[in-house]
Amino acid sequence: MDLSLSTRTEGDRTVVEVGGEIDVYTAPRLREQLVDLVADGKYHLIIDMERVDFLDSTGLGVLVGGLKRVRAHDGSLRLVCTQERILKIFRITGLTKVFPIHASVDEAVNASE
Amino acid sequence: MATVELRFSALPAHVRTARLVAAAVARRSGVDEAVLDEVRLAVGEACSRAVHLHRRHCPTTPVMVTLIDDEKGFSVAVADEAPQGPPEADDTLADLAASADPASGDKGIDLDRDAFMPEVGLAVISGLVEDVAIEPRDDGGVVVRMSWPIPA
Repeated sequence: MDLSLSTRTEGDRTVVEVGGEIDVYTAPRLREQLVDLVADGKYHLIIDMERVDFLDSTGLGVLVGGLKRVRAHDGSLRLVCTQERILKIFRITGLTKVFPIHASVDEAVNASE
Repeated sequence: MATVELRFSALPAHVRTARLVAAAVARRSGVDEAVLDEVRLAVGEACSRAVHLHRRHCPTTPVMVTLIDDEKGFSVAVADEAPQGPPEADDTLADLAASADPASGDKGIDLDRDAFMPEVGLAVISGLVEDVAIEPRDDGGVVVRMSWPIPA
């Protein structure tokens, strides 16, 4: 399954819904999307990963890169994920300490910065 | 003799194919369903790493994946032929986390330069797979060997 991306606005947050597989082939598209959003002045991002089937270290690198970009503008990047197989990768790499990970988009939208 | 051998051009698009083939052979050999995600991710990381190195050093050389199903279990070997020193995975994950800090500037991992960070991939494999060995090859490159038990 290929990568799908869609964005919407919730208050002052931008929600990026990601679906399919984030790997060495598709990750550059996610990176482009995040770079474009930041260039467009969107500094509070929520990445909804509930429909992601596969995530590898390339995808992690893109997410870390996105976090670095929004932080440079005092922004935030929150993840929504409840899938154990995806969460496991964040735990192995110690990135659970770096990203706020939420159980729902609502929870992420309502989280205070 | 290998159960299945796969040789593919060093292109990111083919890494998915390698993952699918590995998962299919693993499933057939009886590897626990719960472990298939681990097989998929580990094989994907090893192949992404090999593709990355081949594109840099020897873009016309294919990447070789060997899948073996025997009495010892299910094992995968991903071989690259890129000339390089032995890989280091030790501090990479701390570097990745530190790279999220804008103050890290050009330090940490360069997340924009390339789509893949080979050492992070190896660190993920090491954190994921219990039985893994990374062996240098005589003619350059390394073989990443991983194996999983097959429940009786």
